[in-house]
Amino acid sequence: MALKVENEEPLSEKDLVGAIWNSILQLFGEYGASQTNLYLVEFTPKNGYAILRCSHKAVDVIRASVVAITRVNEKPVAIHVMRVSGTLRALRQKLVVESK
Amino acid sequence: MRTFVDLHLRPSINDLGHVEEMVRRSSGLGYRSVGIPLPYSIREEKIRQLRTICENVRINLVTRIDLAPKTSGELLRNLRRFRRKFEIISVTCNSKSVARQAAKDRRVDLLAFSPGFPCRRFFDKAEAELASKAEGALEIDMTSLLFLTGFPRIRILSSLRKEVAVARNFKVPVVISSGATDAGLLRGPYDYAALATLFDLSMPLALRGLSENPFSVVDRNRRKLNSGYVAPGLFVVRDVKHCLGV
Repeated sequence: MALKVENEEPLSEKDLVGAIWNSILQLFGEYGASQTNLYLVEFTPKNGYAILRCSHKAVDVIRASVVAITRVNEKPVAIHVMRVSGTLRALRQKLVVESK
Repeated sequence: MRTFVDLHLRPSINDLGHVEEMVRRSSGLGYRSVGIPLPYSIREEKIRQLRTICENVRINLVTRIDLAPKTSGELLRNLRRFRRKFEIISVTCNSKSVARQAAKDRRVDLLAFSPGFPCRRFFDKAEAELASKAEGALEIDMTSLLFLTGFPRIRILSSLRKEVAVARNFKVPVVISSGATDAGLLRGPYDYAALATLFDLSMPLALRGLSENPFSVVDRNRRKLNSGYVAPGLFVVRDVKHCLGV
């Protein structure tokens, strides 16, 4: 899943992961969080692009949780899901095509 | 391909820069039409300015008015005054009498309920039955789900789950809108659909609530506001002077 993070102040990788896990825990609890197999593959704070890997059964859970984030460290943040794909390779290809 | 519509974008109308920012963001997120609530005293010139801003980012403006009457009498007076001036009329139901009147009146397009007060959400079976007959739709603003946290969010999710189930049983269309006052609170249509699964609205139904349902409301009203409209199913196709033998 490719994300675009829009924030006024730079965000660290740790902050982003913490915010996503917090949101999942708030909305779906520990049981729901345990089924996501969430992993942050990469994050570029400079342009705000991030790639998450998760279980395909948990895509809607992750999407709802990511979208529900409005603040990180008391600063306003908006996270948009740009693309969802079955493999990292296909995801990167789609992003390259879209950026052209 | 679906055409997504956000019927409730709430920028500050007096700040055209803010309007442009939000409309541009909506366009970037994949919406093709946006509804902006306007004050009842708005001038035609201002509406033209808003239309120009929207056309510049290839987005279609839907004019709308949000009514929040205290009594059903006030609602009827407002409907008489504004029905032909705005494309969409939404009624925020703050009392049961207003909710019932709004649900049975065919001039009301969208029924909205206050997110902050669960006791003021009157969308029950009786309300749904009336709304179903009058072709009204239930509007759900997603911004409340974004800014509420903890117990208030639990309560609103619980209320929405019940309302969506009732709406489904009585075939009342559900319209999902952003209700955003700030560009930071805007999300894409698929993101809203994923959020809607939190109150047991399936992805296909949620996507319909972001595309077909609002689009059909707008389309129906534009046809009604057209000068050729006479009654449901009856339109003036050609003037008498254009008919043969006259």
